[in-house]
Amino acid sequence: MVEQSVKFSVRSFHVHYGHYNALRDLNLDIRANEIFTVIGPANSGKTTFLNSLNRLIDLVPASRCSGEIKLDGIDIRHGMEVEALRRKVGIVFALPLPLPISIFENVVYGLRMQGIREQRRLDEAVERSLTEAYLWEEVKDRLSTPAMNLSGGQQQRLCMARILAGQPDVLLFDEPTSGLDPISTARIEETMLILKDKYTIVLVTNNVAQAARVGERTAFFLMGEMIEVSETSKMFTTPADKRTSDYITGKFG
Amino acid sequence: MHPRLTQKIAHAVLLLATLLVVLPVAAILVIIVAKGASAISWDFLFSMPRDGMTAGGIFPAILGTLYLVLGAIIFAVPLGVLAAVYLVEYSSDNWLSRLVKLSIVNLAGVPSVVYGLFGLGIFVTFFHFGASILSGSLTLGIMILPVIITSSREALESVPRHFRTVSLSLGASRWQTIRYSVLPHALPGILTGMILGLGRAAGETAPILFTVAAFYLPRLPQSIFDQTMALPYHLYVISTQVPGIAENVRYGTALVLLTLVLLLNLAAIILRSRFRRKKKW
Repeated sequence: MVEQSVKFSVRSFHVHYGHYNALRDLNLDIRANEIFTVIGPANSGKTTFLNSLNRLIDLVPASRCSGEIKLDGIDIRHGMEVEALRRKVGIVFALPLPLPISIFENVVYGLRMQGIREQRRLDEAVERSLTEAYLWEEVKDRLSTPAMNLSGGQQQRLCMARILAGQPDVLLFDEPTSGLDPISTARIEETMLILKDKYTIVLVTNNVAQAARVGERTAFFLMGEMIEVSETSKMFTTPADKRTSDYITGKFG
Repeated sequence: MHPRLTQKIAHAVLLLATLLVVLPVAAILVIIVAKGASAISWDFLFSMPRDGMTAGGIFPAILGTLYLVLGAIIFAVPLGVLAAVYLVEYSSDNWLSRLVKLSIVNLAGVPSVVYGLFGLGIFVTFFHFGASILSGSLTLGIMILPVIITSSREALESVPRHFRTVSLSLGASRWQTIRYSVLPHALPGILTGMILGLGRAAGETAPILFTVAAFYLPRLPQSIFDQTMALPYHLYVISTQVPGIAENVRYGTALVLLTLVLLLNLAAIILRSRFRRKKKW
């Protein structure tokens, strides 16, 4: 296997909420252009980990982070503006959360915040990103209608298009299909597999089968600790830790 | 007693209580309209008072009230909305924000005559604005500040949290998030509060008593440093201070004031209902 470059490197990273230690001494690398999946039961710290990668964790009152996360070798806390980080590292949330504006405006929201005004650039970005998210054909004739009128699956793909419009490096997915039906779920998964050629993807999921379907490497989190990380195929056949095998075979969680 | 009988009594008592609430409102409206409608004419609304207010119209008082309300809004809305934005979006729960919130609650409870005295002490005397539209507007503005802040805070807090999270996650700064994803959705609620404050400012007598209101000034104010007549005070004057004013003139003045305030409240209600219909989250 060719040595891939490291996108995110996480070293001795801790997160506290008040006195509660939500994430303990995390050390791991996420490689460029891989789909890195994170599995684990509720309260295992996986969403906390995801929100740490684009510093949305800062919005949680009384949260404290220590240790270091580097993106392309640059410290995300001290080496760059938080707005720039979030443009590079987009996130799709568990629930489809379009803003209550039109489809078009949802897609260009990030670009407008960067001060991009030329209609041509915005139009191009909308077509490109909606096409990438496999939504263009369904919505191209009603871009000015409210995004809230789309179905749940379409809304979630709109949320993908919305971050793709800003040409990020990394896509974070926080249980993106937990509120969707199986067909919409399959479409999102297919889209991820295609997008991984251009982007690095970190997928947090509570659906073990989903991790097995799309993941290349998988990390198992439990109660704020990373129990193990390995190639997805290896983890699902010969897990190193008994707790991992108990979880993926459904003995707890 | 038989349960069905007690049920009937309870129903009757509750209904009666409810009707008793409606009764005074209806009575006030009916009496004022019945006694005052005959005074309303083009001339009454748009001409100067004459002969020691026994004849002519109430135009300076209507205009004066509009000026005062406008002045109060210009002062109180930006200040109140900005304070509300700070309290909701920026301040964390510390002693300072608690102190500010406590002050707002207390400000709302201050009797309006105290605002009048305060305005006299601060604006008229200390800042040498004299008895003027400026002093009166500022006094009224401070009086309605709690209404504006409280309704703006509620409007901001009713904007779902995830709008902010989504906006920030797309690389917007904190201010951009407030400007583009929070304020537009809070605007109708803020406007509603503004109009309620407007109605209150239009109707109060005590705060303008010492700060601006003229007893009899049959000309229009020339600048914000002029005194002016105002509807509530004019009503007080012609009802208690000047003998021999025709009854329909007094009630007519009350009718004009009441209509003004009701119209403002109506506008608030319409705005609010539109807001609810448009809301899609």
